[in-house]
Amino acid sequence: MVRYIIRRLLGAIAVLFIVSLVTFGLFMVVPVMTGASPAYLYAGKNPTPELIANIEHGLGLDKPIPEQFYMYMKGIVAGRTDLTDGTADGSRPCPAPCFGYSFRYQSPVWDIIKDRFPVTLSITVGAAIIWLSVGIGVGVVSALRRGGFADRASMVFILLFLSLPSYLFAILLLYVFVYGLKWLPPTNYVPLTESPYKWFQALILAWITIGFGSAALYARLTRANMLETMSEDYIRTAVAKGLPRKTVVRKHAMRAALTPILTIAGLDIAFLLGGAIFVEKVFSLPGLGLLFVEAIPKQDLPVIMGLTIVSSLFIVVANIIVDVLYSAVDPRVRLS
Amino acid sequence: MTQTIDASASVPSGPPTSFLEVRDLRVAFPTDDGLVKSVDGLSFKVERGKTMGIVGESGSGKSVTSQAILGLHNSTRAQVSGQIWLDGEELVGKSSEEIRPLRGNKMAMIFQDPLSSLHPFYTIGDQIVEAYRVHNKVSKDVAKKRAVEMLDRVGIPNAGKRVDDYPHQFSGGMRQRVMIAMALVCDPQLLIADEPTTALDVTVQAQILDLMRDLQKEFNSAIILITHDLGVVAEIADDVTVMYGGRAVEQGSVRDLFYSPQMPYTWGLLASMPRLDRDRKGRLDPIPGNPPSLINLPNGCVFSPRCVYRDRVGAACVTDRPDLTPVSDTHRVRCHIPAEQSQRIWLDELKPNL
Repeated sequence: MVRYIIRRLLGAIAVLFIVSLVTFGLFMVVPVMTGASPAYLYAGKNPTPELIANIEHGLGLDKPIPEQFYMYMKGIVAGRTDLTDGTADGSRPCPAPCFGYSFRYQSPVWDIIKDRFPVTLSITVGAAIIWLSVGIGVGVVSALRRGGFADRASMVFILLFLSLPSYLFAILLLYVFVYGLKWLPPTNYVPLTESPYKWFQALILAWITIGFGSAALYARLTRANMLETMSEDYIRTAVAKGLPRKTVVRKHAMRAALTPILTIAGLDIAFLLGGAIFVEKVFSLPGLGLLFVEAIPKQDLPVIMGLTIVSSLFIVVANIIVDVLYSAVDPRVRLS
Repeated sequence: MTQTIDASASVPSGPPTSFLEVRDLRVAFPTDDGLVKSVDGLSFKVERGKTMGIVGESGSGKSVTSQAILGLHNSTRAQVSGQIWLDGEELVGKSSEEIRPLRGNKMAMIFQDPLSSLHPFYTIGDQIVEAYRVHNKVSKDVAKKRAVEMLDRVGIPNAGKRVDDYPHQFSGGMRQRVMIAMALVCDPQLLIADEPTTALDVTVQAQILDLMRDLQKEFNSAIILITHDLGVVAEIADDVTVMYGGRAVEQGSVRDLFYSPQMPYTWGLLASMPRLDRDRKGRLDPIPGNPPSLINLPNGCVFSPRCVYRDRVGAACVTDRPDLTPVSDTHRVRCHIPAEQSQRIWLDELKPNL
């Protein structure tokens, strides 16, 4: 078990290394080769070639590419000191994990991410609670009442939310509850620690948007898994033993039917932790997704690279957690 | 035992005389293509301490019958009628919740494929303990002791340790022993074994059959053994019901069935059984054709399209459905061939070649 986890962690580090290599290549090497040096982003309008050369030197862009990459990786692991503040020589510290300084905010990328992450975390946790409880609940009930009223009603629910584009749903919610009924104030994110009530008000529509959209998908998956499990031989055995139906469903059927859902949920949550781009944009929630959307038009390369690597980290770690959990649930899965 | 059982008028009424009496059992499943009549007017009796073998091809209604006795059919998808009397109690009219206290307690079932019939996520100990505790108010420790005792009884070596293993950690034969231990944990008076040895290799088969026989002696339980293997029937059963197309086509004692079978389908089953104790005279004779569709049963005798003897009787085979008629006190046959003629066919044409 411990050996397995260690091996998986080493694998994760390898994956993250490759992700860093690719992002670094995409954003720092290719632009220089095609003549669109990131140095232009630091300089003002109509920069002189000398100024560009100066900045490139400061950013280390004139060094050999492997050395540049080494500096970048070293920054992430051990921190580094940047030589430039963007316009002239000068040094500023960048403690580990250092993804460089944002062009736009002039502060270390890691600090910005740390600052924004609680927003995305709040969105993810709330939405996951909704989609797991609603999705699994609806799926289980409709599987047990196959063909009945509850099943048909849940099919309508599933179809509605699977076919309703989330951008339309989000804007509709905003229009009805904020501008129409005025039940909610125009969104203004407040940390949970400051005012739980205002925090809730700011997030509820985002939770509903993501939660119900995913709940539809989870309901369908759960229903299919439950139906399949309920027709398994071991369920028949459980009934033949004389167990009450409640025990058959809860202890025997649901445990087997929900295990695959665990895998998908783990990955979905990890994906969302990297930033709920669309929802954060619509509801103006300053999380990682919004940070990403804002960084792209400004060509804030260090932020884009930092976010890419951090989101990959979430996915890789979630994969490990899911696999370990799976082996705890299903004794046939051996970790070795 | 002398009444015909096809015509509902002759279905016995009044209180049952046997431990288990199935009377005119019918199980049908409505589908988009029509009504699938899986079991159509089946009757039989089993006493305690006796074994009834039910033989037939896939789709002949064997398993559907056994599941009807335990009330395992989904009431929304299956239509069950007739009577099933277990120890004086009629089961067909009861709701699932009313039958539940009997399941696993008074009557228990051993299923065909022990790997898929055991829950992969729970240890076999947990699963046996669960089966015991649902009918007996005892603590987990007591139930676990009982589980170990049962595993030991069915011949699982090192039962005290293996009780905490998962089903996938056992071999096929050991898994079937686990199933048997689980079925017997509440000392059921009726044990239904649905092809208990089909998934096992021959040496293990013999062990499992021995085990079932020993346990039957010990607990004096009635056993219904469902199989398509006549060898197994010869080994363990007292009485046999041969099923075809959802009906009994021949019923009798093991002696009747093996020494004077009267129905061409039974002949076909006997001829397709490999024998090692005789000289090999050639290839086995399979029954030609396939089992009938249970939605559109053939006119006349259900077996007639595959029967090589139907020309010897005339048109009745394809126009009239034969009744299950007694040929002796214990032996009943559903066939248009007159008893003397079929006896001659068996003795002169078939028996020498088997």
